[in-house]
Amino acid sequence: MQLRELLTQKQAPILSRWRQLVFDSYPAQTAVFLAKEQDRFSNPVGYRLSQGLKTLFEALVHGGDRERVEAGLDEILGVKAVQELAPSQSLAFIFLLKTVVRQELAQELQDSRVAGEFREFGDILDGVVLLGFDIYTRRRERLCEIRVEEVKQRVSGLLRKAGYDLTNL
Amino acid sequence: MSKLPKPEELARNISFQTPAKGWMDVKPDFRPGTYCNAAAPKWMEWVGYPFPRAWSVAEADWKLPPDWKEIILAGMEDRLKRFRSLKIFFDICVRCGACADKCHFYLGTGDPKNMPVLRAELMRSVYKRYFTTAGKLLGEIAGARDLTEDVLKEWFFYLHQCTICRRCSLFCPYGIDMAEMTLLGREMLASVGLNIDWALASVAQCYDKGSHIGATPQAFKDMMDFLAEENERITGITTPPSYNRKGAEVLFVMPSGDYFADPGTFTMMGYMLLFEYIGLDYTLSTYAAEGGNFGWFVSHEMGKRLNVKIYEEAKRLKVKWILGGECGHMWRVCNQYMPTYWGESPGFLEEPVSPITGTRFENAKVHKMVHISEFTADLIKHGKLKFDTQRNAHIKLTFHDSCNTSRGMGIFEEPRYIINSVLPEGNFVEMPPNTIREKTFCCGSSSGINANENMEIRMLGGFPRANAVRYVQEKYGVNHLGCICALDRATLPTLVQYWVPGMECTGITELVGNALVFPGELERTTDLRDRDLEGFGEAEETEEEGDE
Repeated sequence: MQLRELLTQKQAPILSRWRQLVFDSYPAQTAVFLAKEQDRFSNPVGYRLSQGLKTLFEALVHGGDRERVEAGLDEILGVKAVQELAPSQSLAFIFLLKTVVRQELAQELQDSRVAGEFREFGDILDGVVLLGFDIYTRRRERLCEIRVEEVKQRVSGLLRKAGYDLTNL
Repeated sequence: MSKLPKPEELARNISFQTPAKGWMDVKPDFRPGTYCNAAAPKWMEWVGYPFPRAWSVAEADWKLPPDWKEIILAGMEDRLKRFRSLKIFFDICVRCGACADKCHFYLGTGDPKNMPVLRAELMRSVYKRYFTTAGKLLGEIAGARDLTEDVLKEWFFYLHQCTICRRCSLFCPYGIDMAEMTLLGREMLASVGLNIDWALASVAQCYDKGSHIGATPQAFKDMMDFLAEENERITGITTPPSYNRKGAEVLFVMPSGDYFADPGTFTMMGYMLLFEYIGLDYTLSTYAAEGGNFGWFVSHEMGKRLNVKIYEEAKRLKVKWILGGECGHMWRVCNQYMPTYWGESPGFLEEPVSPITGTRFENAKVHKMVHISEFTADLIKHGKLKFDTQRNAHIKLTFHDSCNTSRGMGIFEEPRYIINSVLPEGNFVEMPPNTIREKTFCCGSSSGINANENMEIRMLGGFPRANAVRYVQEKYGVNHLGCICALDRATLPTLVQYWVPGMECTGITELVGNALVFPGELERTTDLRDRDLEGFGEAEETEEEGDE
């Protein structure tokens, strides 16, 4: 796997460019802030998105462990599922990795063997999008569930007094 | 036939992306999940608020009264005269940007209009246009703009994405208080009938029936009796509350969340156990049965209307002083506004003195009310309480400083002192320094916006807090998030369900109730939530099985 070696070698610039593309989807001032502020507690969105992208990228390069891929996706989509309305907007960032790799490895991709491996990598990314859709949906479902939970919670003392089992309502 | 978008186009077409237009030309995007619903006319009628009507935030026509613009401008003029602070805050900001990235809503949403400097500018620009010479003459060049319906909608949108937490003002070199501007902005919105349903329903219920949840005195008593029974079942100790008892030494006032909603109810049980333990001569009032005050989130006038019953009841019952439960905004209203609302420091109350320790609470000289954390910390300091900290061994805690009690009122040490006294050593872990104490991150749902329909914005507003909670969960195995605020106990459980699964929320007096050792009590095998203590129940059974 020549591509894997190349991706590992160029991990830093690829991740950096991918991250910047993701940040650029925010308003200009915010994109600057997300990239600049390094304190993970003062910049929670920037930190979580960066962590998610890193986890996802490393999981893809090092064999595509599904749990790691899902963990990276969840990190990012947990934020996006409440920030954005359309699933397409939330998931678009995954495809951007193809663009970034194409740009960063432009020369190497002239080699037909690497290009072939890149086509396979593209297929894997398509699968990642499908997993991403599952996770995005799970996050949105969770949001609906906690809405219902909260309605019950508001009078939970009363319900308990009346003998209801809150976990079975 | 329309062209299919490429991923790059989708990614860069996120709804709140700032186009090349200036901020004045960008209108808010009222998409579901980001705004609170309009108040139903009946709530406004209940409290006699102006322009009750059925309207919807999502629709273009908000059915404003014909003279809405005159009302708002007259209201602004009136407030500029009455609140010197407002005029100063409008005039003094130099756009240094120190506040810009300090707001939890900005950090969560990334929306530049949630930078406090720009949120204030939404109102400041109108002030400039109508009340300053430069703005009148130069208009937009001087940062002024006409008051239009779109501007009013923008106020509504962003003034309900501010939780009055004042984190921004901590970083402002001039101390500009966004909370005060938001409160006055919401007053102006209310003057043309623009209220949110969740806040106004709570206000109307409280005004009409006595508590935000709309509980009658009978329901209040019923619930308190139930919690006393629960105490007896779990601890063997009877904690009978007294109601409306004239001549009691202390009137105890708590937020209604503490007797209707878990986990607040367990904190209520803790209060009752504590008072029984020290033999406090206290009474509850079925009239002043709500310490919380959603009225303050709507207008100062409504804040006063709901608050005044606390002193009225203290006067009627002839108590000496008032003790307040674990609540944030209740505490800020009581501590900072109550004597002003009343007109003077109430002469019928005494400067609070603990009947157990003799400590004089000089800090409460004016408002005559003590916070339960101050009271309990003083009891512990004087060695009046005996604890078995092992009963809290299953709780590994971090503490969320609630904005109103901490940044607002300076209660930092008392809850930590209590926590360290009732938990085994090593079971309390602080979150990172830039997320606690004065710099604490808000729960993201305070100031009357803990509605259900704006869940997305609540999750984003609370994200900076949740992010720090997750850190201590992952690094130290923290499993409980403590707080001394009823709104936190109502909203943090929801927040952590989304961001930090597995985290429980608790009041601090609940932990006191767990640890208090009474003479003649039952052997405790569970905590106040009926969860097995370490060494009992399933944990014990597993151990025994292992032994065999």
